[in-house]
Amino acid sequence: MSPASTVNPPVVFTQDELGWVSWIDPLPEAELTERHFAGLVDRARAKSEYFRLLVRDPEVLEARTKTDKDIFYNIADGLPRAERELAAAATSRYNGCIYCASVHARFASTYSKRRDDVQRLLDEGVGADLGERWNAVVKASVALAATPVAFGPDNVDELRRAGLDDAEIVDVINGASFFNWANRLMLSLGEPSK
Amino acid sequence: MGTKDIIDTLAGIEPGSALDAIRGRRVQARENAQTSYLSLFEPIDASDFSLVERAAVAFFVIGLHRELTVAAFYRAKLAAAADGARLVEAVEVEIARGETSGPYGAFPAGPLSVENKAGLIYRVSAERGPDLGARLVAAFEHAHLLVFRPRDAASSDMKALLAAGWSNTGIVTFSQLVAFLSFQVRVVSGLRTLAAANA
Repeated sequence: MSPASTVNPPVVFTQDELGWVSWIDPLPEAELTERHFAGLVDRARAKSEYFRLLVRDPEVLEARTKTDKDIFYNIADGLPRAERELAAAATSRYNGCIYCASVHARFASTYSKRRDDVQRLLDEGVGADLGERWNAVVKASVALAATPVAFGPDNVDELRRAGLDDAEIVDVINGASFFNWANRLMLSLGEPSK
Repeated sequence: MGTKDIIDTLAGIEPGSALDAIRGRRVQARENAQTSYLSLFEPIDASDFSLVERAAVAFFVIGLHRELTVAAFYRAKLAAAADGARLVEAVEVEIARGETSGPYGAFPAGPLSVENKAGLIYRVSAERGPDLGARLVAAFEHAHLLVFRPRDAASSDMKALLAAGWSNTGIVTFSQLVAFLSFQVRVVSGLRTLAAANA
């Protein structure tokens, strides 16, 4: 366990870079085998406490990582990267994952060049007015994050009116759904630190 | 792709349909969502989290989401697991006791505290405890937190799981299972809704 004295948890949503500290023991770097490196996918992730914790189950981590990368990084077609990141940031804002929101708000800002709008999502919450298209993506993400799931035909209509086709709507569904996976790991296995 | 994976099966997506073609544009995501499912439910090593525990937690988690088709699938998985049939009724009772709406919970004390939302703090009933056993009691209580109020999670929750006999590795796989199901059920629900909008 990491000493509590080194943790300085953020109390607001931010686009600043944050650290993350595990509440249970990650694998020590020296104990990683080829099976673990396969699970990490990128060898550089051995430096991350979060990934050295998740690599305790390498097969699940590997599949999760590859799912994540295709949903967000495969931009040969479909929804622009900025709006996939917006779905991730909105989901994280709604579920309350300050760490995940920081990472994906930064990506949304980078790819959209709309840093102030992204910051308003963080400051005002998921009700912030960000224009028709972003509002539709945020609202769909929030409906998908609710338990029970609240995403319905109205969300589909709204996304279509905002100009999204079915393939782009599937990218919203995948991106928002994936962050219901990511948020729960980040929120429950450790905490962010400034 | 000619064959249906678990998401296709649960969402009712047929080979050759429009949504099948759209899913086919994200082949790696599609294949690895399936590999995630298989790695969690047909693992190469179940010593830290048994197959019947995985099936019981899955039925409980999906039952709480009130997605009937998906819940029926995981109910059947529990009923078919070795030593699982005896748990089905107890899990059903606990699902009914745990039903609520999320997300809710508290933010770190500060400006966000105005957004805190109170809700059910679920505990397994005393009557079902002996049927489920200490490990599953702790797992269900933490799974309910993960489903409905993940922002309430604290280091003390990890201590409760460790005290109930969960290993560090078992906690990681258990957390992945609950989090993965939170993803899977949303993809299935979302794709079903989109398909219905086109019908």
